[in-house]
Amino acid sequence: MSGHSTYEPKYAAAKWMDKRLPIIRMGVDFMGFPSPRNLNYWYAFGGILTLCLMSQIITGIILAMHYTPSVEEAFNSVERIKRDVPYGWLLQSMHAVGASMFFLAVYIHMFRGMFYGSYKAPRELLWIIGCLIYLAMMATGFLGYTLPWGQMSFWGATVITGFFGAIPMVGESLQQWLLGGYSVGNPTLQRFFSLHYLLPFIIAALVGLHIWAVHHVGQNNPIGVEPKTKEDTLPFHPFYTMKDAFAIAVFLMIFALFVFYLPDALGHADNYQRANPMVTPPHIVPEWYFLPFYAILRAVPDKLLGIMLMFGAIAVLFVLPWLDTAKVRSLRFRPITRWCFIIFLVMCFVLGWCGANSPDGIAIPMGEHGMSFKWLSRIATLYYFAYFVAILPILGWVEKPKDVPDSITKAIHDGVA
Amino acid sequence: MSDTNTAHDEHDDPSRRDFIYIATGAAAAVGGGAIAWPMAMQMGAAGDTRAAGSIEIDVSKVEEGQQIKVLWRGKPIFVRYRTQREIDIAESVDVSTLRDKQTDDERFVPDFSGKINKNLLVMIGVCTHFGCIPVGEAGDFDGWYCPCHGSHYDSAGRIRKGPAPLNLEIPPYKYISETVIKVG
Repeated sequence: MSGHSTYEPKYAAAKWMDKRLPIIRMGVDFMGFPSPRNLNYWYAFGGILTLCLMSQIITGIILAMHYTPSVEEAFNSVERIKRDVPYGWLLQSMHAVGASMFFLAVYIHMFRGMFYGSYKAPRELLWIIGCLIYLAMMATGFLGYTLPWGQMSFWGATVITGFFGAIPMVGESLQQWLLGGYSVGNPTLQRFFSLHYLLPFIIAALVGLHIWAVHHVGQNNPIGVEPKTKEDTLPFHPFYTMKDAFAIAVFLMIFALFVFYLPDALGHADNYQRANPMVTPPHIVPEWYFLPFYAILRAVPDKLLGIMLMFGAIAVLFVLPWLDTAKVRSLRFRPITRWCFIIFLVMCFVLGWCGANSPDGIAIPMGEHGMSFKWLSRIATLYYFAYFVAILPILGWVEKPKDVPDSITKAIHDGVA
Repeated sequence: MSDTNTAHDEHDDPSRRDFIYIATGAAAAVGGGAIAWPMAMQMGAAGDTRAAGSIEIDVSKVEEGQQIKVLWRGKPIFVRYRTQREIDIAESVDVSTLRDKQTDDERFVPDFSGKINKNLLVMIGVCTHFGCIPVGEAGDFDGWYCPCHGSHYDSAGRIRKGPAPLNLEIPPYKYISETVIKVG
């Protein structure tokens, strides 16, 4: 926490408490945390994500009361939750849609961090803890998707655990160890359920570290200039609690639209078929939030290389603070990098589009045949990695940034914040 | 002051104290390992899973051009009665051009009479890429096609195109009569 405590207990009970366990002081100091006064709505996603995590944990704990983790009963118990358990349809829908909303929010949060250079010193660890949270979210999302034991659950689990089988020498034994058998089966489902219940609490602990870190180094802001005087900041409460509350209300409207009107829009019809180890669905795809990585996996014809690239696409995020060599944080003042970032954003969507389609399908009709999704995903994969390992390091050296304002307050007065 | 302390410590029978430290540390490490090992190993395939090892398949009912699927260790076994055309295609391939070099003959075990029955192809129906079940009579090579990531297998189940590294696996099996094979 920055600065000294300004809390003055007013009531006798509060004074009594403050001498014994200064928990009110801690809360007041926490909420009064000085925040840059120029934060825009892209900065509301931290609050939105906190809400998402709480919602997932609460609905998840309730669903676990009705769910049966066995290959015989899992599918039926989820259907029972949807049909027979009072308000089960609502809680199940909130949990399943909630996963998508959680990822939507985390992607916006991450892209925001990348645009404003929020990973740069002294916020490298803040960024890395965030990457760890994202990694744990991906694991949790994957494990949770297995639990309804539909066709996509089963085959998704088969493909993902197959990654470990690709490791030379130890792959096959490692895969059997993870699955608890020769193939995905009851032991797999039971351990996935156990771990799916565990991981959100690890995420919650990491979020604790993430918030601790952001309170220690302070929030970045759209111009990427550190607050210098008191007038550059506002107390988090009430200014940003109100701003976040409005953003949360808008976010919840989108959330509710899906929960009540489109509960299956983000899922797959195949998952309403019970898992069948004898038949693979003709077109298997992961949930939308994994599609870009799935496209990277399929972009290369070699199994092991595909897996390495896919994990590399996540690993490269961890070293981003050291790949970006620029001194200026915000891309507002980096005209060339800003365009490269926008192309990067487009390429992420292109990868998602490729991941959703068959590799041999035609993406762009040109001439006699056109470009297949496989080739399009190769181009996008190349750009994805080039952005991190070539564009950012090189532009940091050669690009001439625009003039950066001296302070947040001055930027506001000059109309550039 | 600290100097005298250090000097004092050196006189204080260091070998005995060191022994206690090392012995305590070693006991803790062994104890930690002794509890970590079972906690890790419980993840592996359980005894009942391992025991469900082998099955017998009556192949007499498979007609020419048909394929049956039988579940073995949670994976499907493909038993295909190949047509003469499929055999000819599989034999005509130049083995040196294959990713996983195997002749058509190497995809079989001798039948009950000790000859190779090239009609009856027995394979584990699991794509060697990420474990999906390939679709029969599909793909560019008159064999199998995996819908997950687009691997094409030929009429001997050999990988020809796509990301899979190996041919469809031949399970351990043998003919126990003219018409029955035992897998596993």
